[in-house]
Parts: sequence; structure tokens; C-alpha cells
Amino acid sequence: MLNYIKPKNLIQIINRSQKFVFIVFTLILILGLVEALILSPEDYKQSDSVRIMYVHVPAAWISLGIFSLISVLSFGIIIFKNKDFSLITKSLAPSGFVFNIIALVTGSIWGKPTWGTWWAWDARITSMLLLAIFYLMFILSWRIAGTEDKAVKLSSYIAIFGVINVPIIKFSVDWWSTLHQPASINLLKETTIHSSMLLPLGIMTAAFALFSLLIFLMKYNTELIKIKNKGLDRL
Amino acid sequence: MIQNVLYMNGYGLYVWSSFVFTLSCFWILHSVIKLQLIKEQKKFEAKFESLDIEKVEKAKKQETFKEILATSSVSKI
Repeated sequence: MLNYIKPKNLIQIINRSQKFVFIVFTLILILGLVEALILSPEDYKQSDSVRIMYVHVPAAWISLGIFSLISVLSFGIIIFKNKDFSLITKSLAPSGFVFNIIALVTGSIWGKPTWGTWWAWDARITSMLLLAIFYLMFILSWRIAGTEDKAVKLSSYIAIFGVINVPIIKFSVDWWSTLHQPASINLLKETTIHSSMLLPLGIMTAAFALFSLLIFLMKYNTELIKIKNKGLDRL
Repeated sequence: MIQNVLYMNGYGLYVWSSFVFTLSCFWILHSVIKLQLIKEQKKFEAKFESLDIEKVEKAKKQETFKEILATSSVSKI
């Protein structure tokens, strides 16, 4: 199974799938935008401002998901000393960070008409800001650390340490009294969001996931060619 | 209808700025990563062309080099 994520096998898959992922992403994004901005109904309380949810929520979900994945792979790097994992984590981080920023900024824009303020030092928002700092430290660790081995170790420890923040983000709305509303979508309990809003949310989440996959494939390809460039110097 | 979509009951500025910000971030990230990919690809091609015949043969035998060379024209994405 691990052989499939070896660079020489992956480069074939990456080159063939980039164009396909881009086309599917574009189609799903267009469909999602039409659903989110035109076809979905307004909320009885928040009126049309609820439409911000269709970019804010998927961005938050994906940034959390990517960081969790980076952390799991970082455990793999530390335990199994698998260097291929470090290439994957390095390639995942840029899209995770950008989705984190999107979640923070769109949340701030949504906060103004809903709460009357752009920013509040509330548990959910502060923990999301902390996640952005962990992302930034992870990305910078590759530039700051002197050698590649040091960068791999440092970035892995940052991701492992940062994963403590993930359940804090998830449960912050339950543990503390916050401005942020509790989760409307629950896997184990009843979902409190209407299907007419659930559909565009699902489509936008799929589009965002495909975009992060596209960025991952492009970044992984770039990292692989960087390694091969070094390899050519050693020939 | 168009006016309703743009105005959004007074929330148009908030909603549209959120979507524009998100799509701008997508465009910037995609452009940056694409530029990095093209830069590395060009560097690889330049280095490969400057190799002597013996080293070219050695490199061509390696699977990953073969893959990069096979797709040396950078994806249009």
C-alpha cells in the first residue's frame, strides 16, 4: 500500500489527474455558486447574510481537515521515519493555510451584520486564529530550519503539538459561552439545517475539497521536481 | 431579479465581498503554485539539456526522471 505513495508512482498519477481535477472543480464551483448565491433561500432570521455560510463553513472544515491530516502524517514521519510523508504534509499546508484565512476573514465579514462587530476574542474565533498561527509556523519551519532533516523534524513537531488545538476548535462552542453558534450539522445527532441550505453547502464543500486536491497535486509535483533538480546536480 | 441578487436585502456588500475574497484567494494561490511549478520545470529542463551524453543516459534510466521528461511541457492548468 505504501508503495503507491512513492514519488515515482505518484508523479504518473499527478500528471494525469491535474487537468481532470481542475475541470471537475470548475464545474462544481459554478454549480455551487449558482446554488449559494441565487437558488438557495434566505434565512428567516439572518436574511441573505446567511449566504456567507457557503464559503465560511467549507473553508473552516477543510482547513481543520487538512491540519488533522498533516498531524497524522507527522506522527508517521516521527514514528516510521517516512520521508514521503513529509513531502505530502509540505504540499498540503498552503491550501490549508489559505482556507484558514478564508474562514477567518469571511467569519469576520459575517460577524459584522450578525453580531455587530468584525472581531471578538471568543473561544471559537481565537482558536481558529491559533490554527492559522500553527499553519504559519509549519510553513515557515521549512524556510527557517537549516537542513532538510531539521525542517522535517521541526515541522512535524509543530503539527503534532498543533493538533491539540483541533478538538478545542471543534468543542469550543460547547465548552464555553461564545458568540459563535453551536454546530448545525452533526453526524451523530440531528442536523438542524434545512435540506435547501444543506445542498449548496455540500456542493461548495466538494468544490473546496477539489481545489485543495488540485493545489496539493501541483505543489507535490513542484516539490518532486525540486528534488530531481538536486538529483541532477549529483549525477 | 438582478437587483435583488446584487442588493440581497441590504447584505449584498457583506455577501459579495466574502465570495470575491474567497475566489481571489483561490486565484492567487493557484497562480503562485503554478508559477513555482513552471519555474522548477524550466530549471529541470535547462539542467537536463546541459548534461553530457553519459549523464543523460544515466538519468533517462531512472523512472522518476523519465516521468518528468515525458511531461516536460508544463500543464496548462
